[in-house]
Amino acid sequence: MKVPKKLRWLATLSMLIFMLLISTGCTEKIIVLNPKGPIAEHQRDLMLISTVLCCIVIIPVLILTAIIVWRYRDKAGRKASYSPNWAHSTKLELIWWGIPIAIIATLAVITVRSTYALEPSKPLKASVKPITVQVTSLNWKWLFQYPEQGIATVNELKIPQGVPIRFEITADSPMNSFWIPQLGGQMYAMSGMAMTLYLQADEQGKFWGSGANFTGTDFAKMYFDVDSVGQDQFDQWVSKIKSDSPVLTLDGYKQLVEPSTLQARSYSSFPEGLFEMTVTKYASSHNHGMSHKDMLDMSTSDDHDSTHGEMPGMDMSH
Amino acid sequence: MLEHIKSFASGFFVTGDPMIYGADVSILLTILAVLFTLTYFKKWRWLWKEWLTSVDHKKIGIMYILSAFLMLFRGGVDALLMRAQLAMPNSNLLQPDHYNEIFTTHGVIMILFMAMPFMFGLFNVIVPLQIGARDVAFPFLNSLSFWLFFAGAMLFNLSFVIGGSPDAGWLAYPPYSELMYNPGVGQDFYIWGIQISGIGSLMTGINFIATILKMRAPGIKLMKMPLFPWSVLSSCIAIIFSFPILTATLALLFLDRYAGAHFFTLDGGGNPMMYINLIWMWGHPEVYIIVLPAFGIFSEIVSTFSRKKLFGYHSMVYAMMIISILSFLVWAHHFFTMGSGADVNSFFALTTMLIAIPTGVKVFNWLFTMFRGRITVRTPMLWTIGFIPCFIVGGLTGVLLSVAPADFQFHNSYFLIAHFHQVIIGGVVFGYFAGLYYWWPKMFGFTLNEHIGKWAFWFWNIGFYVCFMPQYVLGLMGMTRRVVSYSWDKGWWPLNLVSTIGAGLMGIAFLFQAWQIFHGIKHYRKNRDTTGDPWNGRTLEWSIPSPAPHYNFAVVPQVSELDDWWEEKQRREHNPYVPPAKEIIEPIHMPKNSGIPILMAGFWFMAGFGFVFHWLWLTVPGLAGVAICMLAHSFNDDSDYYIPIEEIKETEAAIRKVTTS
Repeated sequence: MKVPKKLRWLATLSMLIFMLLISTGCTEKIIVLNPKGPIAEHQRDLMLISTVLCCIVIIPVLILTAIIVWRYRDKAGRKASYSPNWAHSTKLELIWWGIPIAIIATLAVITVRSTYALEPSKPLKASVKPITVQVTSLNWKWLFQYPEQGIATVNELKIPQGVPIRFEITADSPMNSFWIPQLGGQMYAMSGMAMTLYLQADEQGKFWGSGANFTGTDFAKMYFDVDSVGQDQFDQWVSKIKSDSPVLTLDGYKQLVEPSTLQARSYSSFPEGLFEMTVTKYASSHNHGMSHKDMLDMSTSDDHDSTHGEMPGMDMSH
Repeated sequence: MLEHIKSFASGFFVTGDPMIYGADVSILLTILAVLFTLTYFKKWRWLWKEWLTSVDHKKIGIMYILSAFLMLFRGGVDALLMRAQLAMPNSNLLQPDHYNEIFTTHGVIMILFMAMPFMFGLFNVIVPLQIGARDVAFPFLNSLSFWLFFAGAMLFNLSFVIGGSPDAGWLAYPPYSELMYNPGVGQDFYIWGIQISGIGSLMTGINFIATILKMRAPGIKLMKMPLFPWSVLSSCIAIIFSFPILTATLALLFLDRYAGAHFFTLDGGGNPMMYINLIWMWGHPEVYIIVLPAFGIFSEIVSTFSRKKLFGYHSMVYAMMIISILSFLVWAHHFFTMGSGADVNSFFALTTMLIAIPTGVKVFNWLFTMFRGRITVRTPMLWTIGFIPCFIVGGLTGVLLSVAPADFQFHNSYFLIAHFHQVIIGGVVFGYFAGLYYWWPKMFGFTLNEHIGKWAFWFWNIGFYVCFMPQYVLGLMGMTRRVVSYSWDKGWWPLNLVSTIGAGLMGIAFLFQAWQIFHGIKHYRKNRDTTGDPWNGRTLEWSIPSPAPHYNFAVVPQVSELDDWWEEKQRREHNPYVPPAKEIIEPIHMPKNSGIPILMAGFWFMAGFGFVFHWLWLTVPGLAGVAICMLAHSFNDDSDYYIPIEEIKETEAAIRKVTTS
């Protein structure tokens, strides 16, 4: 073939550029493969295992493809055998029904086990008590409430290193998705539901998170900083906010809900039960014969772990 | 009064962006040019009689493919605009709202108004010819399907200049697509554009199932049917079970927006999750609907150009049928991250992985069709060979995505974007192009220039890898889909730039294809396909002249085995002295052309436009018109005729004269 040669050059060149980019200092930016917490680490391992498993079939098949296409091209004086009517072989076909079945079966076992192991609402094993952060996706910013500390922040998440964080995630906006790639996979933020996601940072350092699901005009500005610090530093930070930052009032929250983009900020306190109110505001229409107060009681009760993905009082079967 | 008109127009027409004004002017000029040409050459009557009212499956197929190319152009421009925007960090080329509209229309157009009509076009042109039929089972319905598709596509595209485009993504997830967050008319254009064309798709599904099951020439048992009609059958089965779900879902969304219902709203007891489940119950089968026929095309091509029987025919048939059924059991893998719990996620992860098995088998069978064959690498085969590695890698990343806990990291990222583009471009688009190049001589009676075709292929193929391989890495770098811009500190710039270059290469590839077609038309006398069998084909469509006469087969063929035409050629070669069986020509029963489909689609368009703008004065007459068209057709007994023997003989003689001259 005459044409392809030049283009093959082009391909080689572009692949070279590509490799160069990958190898020159970009690798640490591949953050999903550079995890900083147990969940993200487990997920990275899964990616690598499944890739290797698939490659067991795929690489030989790619090589086989190249060999077959090369060897059986029609060329004058070609000596390769030609059997135009050979179209069936039970033995061969059993082999290639068998190989994918074996690989997929292996992968299936791994997947199911890790699906249960990594269920996002499952508490992490740790010697310390987890802290809770209530996450609300707003247009176009994130509100983080620390109910145990009594403080709140916007677009800034500070967490103590080595402590499991129990995120409770909802939205007072179109559906979004809460994602901190270096700590672990994402979880949707949906109105009327409080989703649970456990993450933990094993190292100190600065990471970032984002809103991964499209929510409109300034959706691309929903990045937030994640700062993992030592427990002392975290406590200092909390007390500093408690003494220096303004109060988040209910009116203040209503302003936050209005569409806008914001820089990071913090609040020394927030209205009690704000998160539960945000959730039940939308879920209340689902209640069947339950009063608003019942639902508030339920959602603030301690029995959180059974409620992932569903709002208490919201019975999907109706 | 003037003020009144002004204020109406400023809301009605899309204004503000110089790029849109530029597009407005070019659209207007194109329309004027087309109208002028038709009038100048006095082609109106010809256009109406020969094309717009035609019920001939071959002409309908060509109109489908032509529309698909127009839509490919528009969707491609959308893609290039997006890539241009992302080529640099903090880019201001497009405003966020404009960008949101562009990725939405890109997705909708490429899947529903490019891939679907391209596929239906190939169904139409080839299926009847391959099964020895003279038309589809319901020719009138076929024409109606096309015009409904066309009306829907035009309604959707109209949002570009009137009212504003939808901007909620190609699947329009609520609550963002509800009135509360999306009060403009764009979303209503989306609903009605898809609804109207969706009815057409459903009818095509029914039509081809009936055609394949009932119209096969004597001797074509199901297990002696070529692979392409099999793939069409499996795809159409998925269509008839999934498209009603789409219609119902969009109807509910419409009621939310139009009548204040609360199916998917946040308040009043609505539940957006319900929409997401429903839309993917259609959406996932949909991607198999478009890829299965591509599998059929590759099977035909790989066998023809390896000059060898297709390996594992039975496996291939079972594999496609399994895929068609399994495609309905995987929808929740699109939202592992919505907290369905480990039980549900495990189930859908497993069903998703299962699909990899029959798909893998198909790849092995294609490879072993080539094994011990004699491969000639003409353009259709080139696309097929390009497809295999591309699809293998796309399949690999698909399996990675199906590992539910890992998907929490892949979801919504560019890794996912790269994956589905790889299977859709590498599988569907390469497949349809392969099919188009393969059957082009049969459709138009002349061959295309191979040299330009190879340039087009290599630009597409290399452009594809340059564009999408970096996107896998970008996904792992945390880049999420649908972001309009990104900052320098993320480190995403170099790979995005490479990706944009790749998109540009694919843009150039499209120009090569356009040039190839113009070149072909210009030199068509020189490249006429006089044999009717330019590739040394194996199936029935190659046994008749190119292009096929409007009745396809002067005498309905008697088929005795798979690849019947190939076997027939072998028999003739071995026994040149045995003359072909004496053929007795009989009058042929054919359907009459009808203007009702295009009129009815026009009325649907009116009704849809009325719904979009809440103009009952337009909706009501539109729907009334639809009803009147239905009645008119019901009472029309003059729907078919017989071609007399004399005319058949004349036509055949004329074809022979051309082919021997």
